[in-house]
Amino acid sequence: MSTTIVASSSVPTREQPSALAIGPLAWMRVNLFNSWISSAVTLLLLYFGVKWIISFVDWAFLHAVWSVPETAPGKLDPTACRDAKGFGACWAVIGDKYRFILFGRYPFDEQWRAAICIVLFIGLYVVSAMRRFWRAELVLIWIGVLTAIGVLMWGGVFGLLYVPQDEWGGLPITLIIATFGLALSFPLAIFVALGRRSTELPAVKLLCVVYVELIRGVPLIAWLFMASAMFPLFMPVGFNPDKLLRVQVAVVLFAGAYLAEIVRAGLQTLPKGQYEAADALGLSYWHKTLFIILPQALRLVIPPLVNTFIGFFKDTSLVLIVGIFDLLTAGKVALAEPIWQGYSTEVYVVLAAIYFVFCWSMARYSRGLETEFNKSRRR
Amino acid sequence: MSESNTEAAIVLDKVNKWYGAMHVLRDVSMTVKQKEKVVVCGPSGSGKSTMIRCINRLEVHQEGRIVVDGTELTDDLRALDTIRREVGMVFQSFNLFPHLTILENCTLAPIWVRKMPKDEAESLAMDFLRRVKIPEQAKKYPGQLSGGQQQRVAIARALCMKPKIMLFDEPTSALDPEMIKEVLDTMIGLAEDGMTMVCVTHEMGFARQVADRVVFMDQGEIVESGKPSEMFENPQTDRLKLFLSQILRGH
Ligand SMILES: Nc1ncnc2c1ncn2[C@@H]1O[C@H](COP(=O)(O)OP(=O)(O)OP(=O)(O)O)[C@@H](O)[C@H]1O
Ligand SMILES: [Mg+2]
Repeated sequence: MSTTIVASSSVPTREQPSALAIGPLAWMRVNLFNSWISSAVTLLLLYFGVKWIISFVDWAFLHAVWSVPETAPGKLDPTACRDAKGFGACWAVIGDKYRFILFGRYPFDEQWRAAICIVLFIGLYVVSAMRRFWRAELVLIWIGVLTAIGVLMWGGVFGLLYVPQDEWGGLPITLIIATFGLALSFPLAIFVALGRRSTELPAVKLLCVVYVELIRGVPLIAWLFMASAMFPLFMPVGFNPDKLLRVQVAVVLFAGAYLAEIVRAGLQTLPKGQYEAADALGLSYWHKTLFIILPQALRLVIPPLVNTFIGFFKDTSLVLIVGIFDLLTAGKVALAEPIWQGYSTEVYVVLAAIYFVFCWSMARYSRGLETEFNKSRRR
Repeated sequence: MSESNTEAAIVLDKVNKWYGAMHVLRDVSMTVKQKEKVVVCGPSGSGKSTMIRCINRLEVHQEGRIVVDGTELTDDLRALDTIRREVGMVFQSFNLFPHLTILENCTLAPIWVRKMPKDEAESLAMDFLRRVKIPEQAKKYPGQLSGGQQQRVAIARALCMKPKIMLFDEPTSALDPEMIKEVLDTMIGLAEDGMTMVCVTHEMGFARQVADRVVFMDQGEIVESGKPSEMFENPQTDRLKLFLSQILRGH
């Protein structure tokens, strides 16, 4: 047998063929116009897309009614809106009702307090999102900010008017339920996931399994009903935590069960070698879990975690059915006013935009986080 | 504890282990003296990994006694902690922590298990990284290193705990041929410094060069043991003869 020489000299390097070149035009040629049928589909979709955008801009901006005249103090004349019905948006409803939508039945003169709470919540999210602040002190910041929010919402101290919880409403309620819900259910989920994998504590494991299966097996709406209607029946007379708290607990427990399964998936995906290496070094269970297992397991499940976070942020709107006055409820109630009946599209577009901003920020942030974490894992 | 135990680094006394119905260690008895280097070899599935992993209780044996550095391995967690502190282990698949830098990989256990101050742990880690000849990689992540470099980091990481005993489970068999030498050289250096070592490997050259004793396992039992030259030149049992012929053919 003899060796065949395939190339006597090395192949010279050359430019990448232009069909593969990157650039918007080349990309479009390859992906959108690569055959007559795909060109046709592209053009058709383009046509409908542009048409839809034009009519939306028409409705939302060009023919929109931005405000309506006031005939008497506190009395608006919606004739302009009625005339524009069908082709122009009536943003006057938002102009009139935005404070009710944002703050619900919170006393009008005290609504600045609720507004500060919203700002505090958003500030808290922004600070927590920055890796620079990922230190033990962050927990203190959370406790501090949440306490401040509690003080502002309830009042009754520092000369602030006392506002009972059933007068709270709107966006602060949504943010309260979502923030406490996720901030408490996430640690709970981690403990449940760890407990469910425990081999040495069968009782703990059983408890965790029962918890997850029980909670998952019943719809959130049913849990909310139970928390708001049935729970007081089982409690001793006189002990009756307020409805928001009960609903909050239901949301925490429900989110906890779902998140626990996601965390467990992360724990399971981690190669056994990582556990063994940590054991062989003599790390204790908690050191191993805290420094080796969880950081890796949680990174692996960022996409499903954020997916669930976003889902729960929106699911907080289900509290509407047990009469908690969240953002969506406030919007619905605002529409009940006689002069604004029939302008639900405008209100729901605004509500959707608010939900979208929060959810989209979460999604964007998680993508950035993933890229950053993947840098260190690059092979 | 008797005299002999304080002298011996590791004692295995009639150790038996089962996986379900499968009897994977059968009456394994072996003593490793302080500073002794033992190479364990044998065909695949013969129980080498299982035995070496029983020594730091990554696997639990069901019968017999294992005494490491004077401490018997039982269900007592305190004893286990002591032993894991004194016994370092290097795995076939490196098992570095991919989310930590090389330096953090090396300092984690000294800081949290040995309660060493951070800067002391870091200078210690740099010393060992220099010894395995990759101090310049300290700030990188494991995924950015070659296999041979990763395995050397794994050795440095184990050494940072200042163990009295090092266990190696086929440290070179996941490596490309050109990287095997750099890892073996590191291990030879370690042997020359007088570390007690138990090493599962099929690198016969390494065994000849550093091993005081070679232990041949087959089907869960120790079949033969002795000086490397005697074992390889003059195998007593047919099983070892067969094994050696297979290895040599493979090379
Ligand atoms: N976790 C386990 N569960 C069940 N059986 C196992 C387990 N681990 C190992 N075994 C079995 O025990 C026997 C000994 O395995 P071991 O890994 O110790 O062999 P080995 O000598 O290290 O082999 P190799 O050279 O392939 O690494 C094998 O038959 C294997 O299939
Ligand atoms: Mg093995």
